Amino acid sequence: MTISNPIHLAEPMVERSSGRRDAIFKVRELEVTYSSKAAVRGITLDIAPNEVTAIIGPSGCGKSTFIRCFNRMNDLIPGAEVKGELLYHGLDLYGPRVDAVEVRKRIGMVFQKPNPFPKSIYDNVAFGPRVLGRKDDLDGRVERALQQAALWDEVKHRLKASALSLSGGQQQRLCIARCLAVQPDVILMDEPASALDPIATTRIEDLMQELKQSYAIVIVTHNMQQAARVADMTAFFSVDIADEGERTGILVEFDRTDKIFTQPSDQRTEDYVTGRFG
Amino acid sequence: MSTAAAPIGRPRRDVRGGLFYLLLLFSVGLALLTLAVLVGDVILDGGSWVTKTLLLDPPSVDPEIAGARPAILATIYLGLLVLLLTVPLGVATALYLEEYADKERWYNRFLEVNIQNLAGVPSIVYGILGLAFIVRGIGLGRVLLAGAIILTLLTLPTVIIASREAIRAVPDSIRQGAYALGATHWQVVRRQVLPAAIPGIATGSILALSRAIGETAPLLMIGALTYVSFDPTILGAFTALPVQIYNWIRQPQDEFKLLAAAAIIVLLVIMLLLNSVAIIIRNRYQKRW
Amino acid sequence: MAVHDSAAPLTLRAPRRRYSEDIVRIVLLMAAFVSVVTTFAIIISLLRPAIEFFTEISPWEFFAGTTWTPLFLEGEFGVVPLLVGTLVITFWACLVAIPCGLGTAIFLSEYANPRVRAVLKPVLEVLAGIPTIVYGYFALTFFTPFLRDIGVQVEIFNVLAAGLVMGVMLIPLVASLSEDAMFAVPNELRDGGYALGATRRQVATRIVVPAATSGIVASFVLAISRGIGETMIVLIAAGQLAQISADPRVSLETMTAFIGATAQGDVPTGSIEYKTIFAVGLALFVITLAMNIVSIRLVRRFREVYE
Repeated sequence: MTISNPIHLAEPMVERSSGRRDAIFKVRELEVTYSSKAAVRGITLDIAPNEVTAIIGPSGCGKSTFIRCFNRMNDLIPGAEVKGELLYHGLDLYGPRVDAVEVRKRIGMVFQKPNPFPKSIYDNVAFGPRVLGRKDDLDGRVERALQQAALWDEVKHRLKASALSLSGGQQQRLCIARCLAVQPDVILMDEPASALDPIATTRIEDLMQELKQSYAIVIVTHNMQQAARVADMTAFFSVDIADEGERTGILVEFDRTDKIFTQPSDQRTEDYVTGRFG
Repeated sequence: MSTAAAPIGRPRRDVRGGLFYLLLLFSVGLALLTLAVLVGDVILDGGSWVTKTLLLDPPSVDPEIAGARPAILATIYLGLLVLLLTVPLGVATALYLEEYADKERWYNRFLEVNIQNLAGVPSIVYGILGLAFIVRGIGLGRVLLAGAIILTLLTLPTVIIASREAIRAVPDSIRQGAYALGATHWQVVRRQVLPAAIPGIATGSILALSRAIGETAPLLMIGALTYVSFDPTILGAFTALPVQIYNWIRQPQDEFKLLAAAAIIVLLVIMLLLNSVAIIIRNRYQKRW
Repeated sequence: MAVHDSAAPLTLRAPRRRYSEDIVRIVLLMAAFVSVVTTFAIIISLLRPAIEFFTEISPWEFFAGTTWTPLFLEGEFGVVPLLVGTLVITFWACLVAIPCGLGTAIFLSEYANPRVRAVLKPVLEVLAGIPTIVYGYFALTFFTPFLRDIGVQVEIFNVLAAGLVMGVMLIPLVASLSEDAMFAVPNELRDGGYALGATRRQVATRIVVPAATSGIVASFVLAISRGIGETMIVLIAAGQLAQISADPRVSLETMTAFIGATAQGDVPTGSIEYKTIFAVGLALFVITLAMNIVSIRLVRRFREVYE
């Protein structure tokens, strides 16, 4: 294992990312503060399409805060401020006239605990198209989304049943279908399988491999093995503790998954992936 | 509630504990006993006087042929009007406070405190308000609509509070899921929050309505008349079931007191029906999160 | 890469200004405003005639005078008898409501098993939901004769019947608020007591009730406020004799009974008699408002400790 030379740490990352001119997201020095306390700071990386990018790290290092920047869900938290640059197809996501609702139409999110609406399976998937005014061929949209989420065969004969009657794993796939029905080009997943049993988890992970052919996927996970299984690129976050005890999340290393897990450049990364801490 | 500790060793009877328990039972028993005696007394007094005459005929100076029909009709009209007025206003206010108001701002906190205080104002003060502003102030007069307006203002704080609880009970994960799909604020509220909160809102509103139609003092204040023999209209003079009961109680003849008891039975039955509907709604449709 | 429906270049701007969002916000705010208007209306409707009243009748005569005969030709306007009536009847009500309400609350919270609770709580709700006019009927036609039957020489309209029946009406209020307060006391406190060998009675009276004090006191204050503002029971059963007396067997007039009775009569608008309604109403409003504020503060202080 090579011990990193601090001077070389920043440059290789930037070089690698600036070479990706087709990156969907370009993040530069992103910082998120809640009521003047910085939750994450100095994040710089690129997200590429047709790939799974995983964010790993110990708890409390701002992974969820970071991922919620991509679809402006932090707007919903009073006192939250986002600084730095976050470009989506070259557009500043936090630009002056950018509408958060438009952002969320293109960047979908699946949550840690499945949160189906207390409505029928059909109405759950149809909700997105309906509020977006895309009511044409609603049946077709619902079916395609459910097929993409590998749920269609299991529910096609009971679309009017309540979504809450599904199992945990099915509910999560329903949430994915709901997200797909809006036809985003990015899917954010905040620990999507942590509330599910191992079999359901495997199905979600297989689904990710299928979906990445059409979407960019960013997944937060506290399960290193999961990241090693599904992700093409992995970002390792850690916590920087200031003198006053203030904890801020920082990006330690961002690289191809196999490199992160076999030849990490930073000692902290190595410590984490070998289980020495976290 | 933890289980009681058992004393170790030779069990000594806890005399003071036993006495205390008896005291508690006495407290509970007093309430239960009074309820039983009250209901029993009312039924015994008025049971035989609940006849078709009572329900269908107008009042009269002769207790044998007196009925409470105008009062019953007026109470039903009042109930419908109050429901029609309080639910939209109450739900709208609750939505504003829960989904739109920035809780840090002073005017929103003032709004909340104001509603809490209004909930505690004696009903007769609402009657004074009605007398001053609605009957004489804007000149509506002593009409059914004035009664409905005053009962609405009286009931509004309760409906607001109940609606707020129902809205708050909707888990935030539902809102987050809807926002993440690109819904606007109003779309989230209208399509997810409100539908999920409707059972709670309905239950709370119907229970509040049930209390409202039992109110006497405000209606007395705005001049619900003592003797009304014609069927009520919205813009006409009126009486209501509680007022009719009050009038009959005050009559010297004993028969009228029995008639009052019978009318009380009718009132209680109406309230019981409303409460049952509310509870059925709550049990059948209340979502368990 | 998934294709978006629109072929237009990406701007992330809203397609058009979402006016409906602003409209919704304004409509909801206007609805909320109704409650503010109500409060102002109550205050104005009371203040204006009350101020006019106090230009004719000196506040000293009103607040310190002990004779209340406003409807007489040469009327006297001392409100003390009404105050006495209100407070005496409320006192008798609290004599019943506070011990029995608290006792019921302790029973529900610390002693009753779930089945008993499931029955008792709805019964208390029923008791709370009975219209006050029914309680008034009961006080006049059953309780007063009953008191006479057991040897208490009460007049037809008397304080005792009205007060005690009002007390029963207030039991559910004290019981449910006190029980909420005791429910919020963490079980760890109870377990600590039991672990030291305390009996259930000791845990209830020495640990739980003291821990829930501000919530319990809040319920008492609220009950007093309700008793002060209650109209129909006293109107029907306590009568209209405005006098000062500590004898519970006689009739007394409360502030609420005076307002209710006077409004029914033919009182010409703008006359001094008409204005007395508002002067007394103002006094009533201020007293109950003050007590409600105290009660709310107590509940808030209690919540802060346990949440």
